Amino acid sequence: MHYDLTDQYHHRSSPIHHLDPRVKVVVTFLYILALSITPEGTWWIFGFFLALILVAVWLTHLGLVFTIRRSFIVLPFLLAAVAVPFTTPGSILLRVPGLGWTVSEPGVVRFVSILIRSWLAVQAAILLTATTRFPDLLWALGAFRFPKPLVSTISFMYRYLFVLVDEALRMMRARAARSAQVPGRSRPSIRWQGRVAGSMVGSLFLRALARSERVYAAMLARGYDGHMRSLIRFRMTNLDWLIFVLAVLFLVTPLILSLR
Amino acid sequence: MWFAPYALHIPDGFLSTAVSTVGWLVALIVIGIAIRLTRHQLGERQIPLMGLLAAFIFAAQAINFPVAAGTSGHLLGGTLAAIVMGPWAATLIMTAVIATQGLLFQDGGLLVMGWNILNMGVFTAFTGYAVYVLMRRLMGEGARSRFVAAFVGAWLSVEVGAIATAFELAASGTSPLSLGLPAMASVHALIGLGEAIITTGAIALLRASRPKVLEAGETAPGRKGASFVVVGLMVALVVAILSPLASGSPDGLEAVAEREGFLNRALDPLFELLPDYSVPFVLNEAVTTILAVVLGTVIVFGVAWAIGRATIRKETVGE
Repeated sequence: MHYDLTDQYHHRSSPIHHLDPRVKVVVTFLYILALSITPEGTWWIFGFFLALILVAVWLTHLGLVFTIRRSFIVLPFLLAAVAVPFTTPGSILLRVPGLGWTVSEPGVVRFVSILIRSWLAVQAAILLTATTRFPDLLWALGAFRFPKPLVSTISFMYRYLFVLVDEALRMMRARAARSAQVPGRSRPSIRWQGRVAGSMVGSLFLRALARSERVYAAMLARGYDGHMRSLIRFRMTNLDWLIFVLAVLFLVTPLILSLR
Repeated sequence: MWFAPYALHIPDGFLSTAVSTVGWLVALIVIGIAIRLTRHQLGERQIPLMGLLAAFIFAAQAINFPVAAGTSGHLLGGTLAAIVMGPWAATLIMTAVIATQGLLFQDGGLLVMGWNILNMGVFTAFTGYAVYVLMRRLMGEGARSRFVAAFVGAWLSVEVGAIATAFELAASGTSPLSLGLPAMASVHALIGLGEAIITTGAIALLRASRPKVLEAGETAPGRKGASFVVVGLMVALVVAILSPLASGSPDGLEAVAEREGFLNRALDPLFELLPDYSVPFVLNEAVTTILAVVLGTVIVFGVAWAIGRATIRKETVGE
């Protein structure tokens, strides 16, 4: 998995960017939930949900393939589901020559459904972070009564994430600079290398601890009383409500129709 | 350059709705307890300290060392965090890490995040810590016992997280247990070695340079309760895993279970708890299953936790 440590938020002036973050969080979560509830093999619903996400992406002015380009990060995990076509009982589609393995039809349907669900879900999540600033996103979580200390901790983590990652990168660069390899000489043992990595982690921990003391002292000096305050405020406009209701309708209707 | 080391970040779509719901529920209960207990432990410093340490775990996951054939050893960090901060604080730290990875980098899904938090945060922190504390008690106070305890604890914690993941995938019908369990367990037995080596290295550095830090971890809340929480979580996991089987959808685990003949035996107590495995007055079958599962999980976890607390109090009085 490749973390792109540049800002995940992509600023545009689009209707989606201007939506209340609460609407975006709820709709994203409902979208993923709806995908999860959609019965296996109801391809028209999956198609409809794909159309929904494409419309949403088009509205953001980010370019139609924006989410698709980044959605392949779920691919490695597909390995976990790769046995499904072979192990699910059902009518046999084909046999693997030589091995005697059989591919069943319900197995293939389940596998493709899992593939589509995770592919669409990750696109929705990408869209959420690309159109919502992370502090606004956390504010929305707080507004939904997610435990406050947890939300504050995450927002704090976000502030210092890149500082500490920078520190870790510097340490790794320093290690690389001192680890020239002489051709013909054997490499140091794995255990030794592991200990070096462990020492790096340990000293990174001590630095983080020391930094947290400094930060806490600075916060106290500025009047910190155990509560994090934020200037972020959003009000639900009529447009926010309209889009929320529309989105819920679009998500619920096909599911109800599929029950018939 | 940035590699998340573990195939444990489950994306959305790989777990069924019922299984995911249970995961979120148990995770929220555990997080709630963790917040209460760490507030006692850390007071006002809680937020800046937890936030910085969560950022530290995220950054530390990038520090690797070459093993062989292009693979490398990595840290997940649950055990290390638990050893230095106590298991409840580690739960919060790991929750923040996993939430950020899911929300910001889409590494791990949103609907399945409950299980990701449990697998990589709670299970690793508590098994790592319980093993560490237990082995130190058995082997004495020396430096060597500390290293061995950290090594075994870290290795086992990854293994437990991987096994839990295999069970969740099996319960969702994504990967049959007969294949998924050995695959996950064997791959993570190797990955766990990297975790163990780095954790031990970090502990060795801390012992040499700042022994006070390690002592603070040993007086953190959860020292005695750790093993009870482990048991409670395991029971909750078993309930959550077996419950979707009652919904009637045939899947890999059920096939295995029928072959092994443990299905009926395993489900009997559940049926006694919630007759016909459905809450009356709710018509939709999927909704009833989820409700019943949720209720069962809460009850089981609550009972296990209550027993744990009662026992701890008795022990404290006894001292």
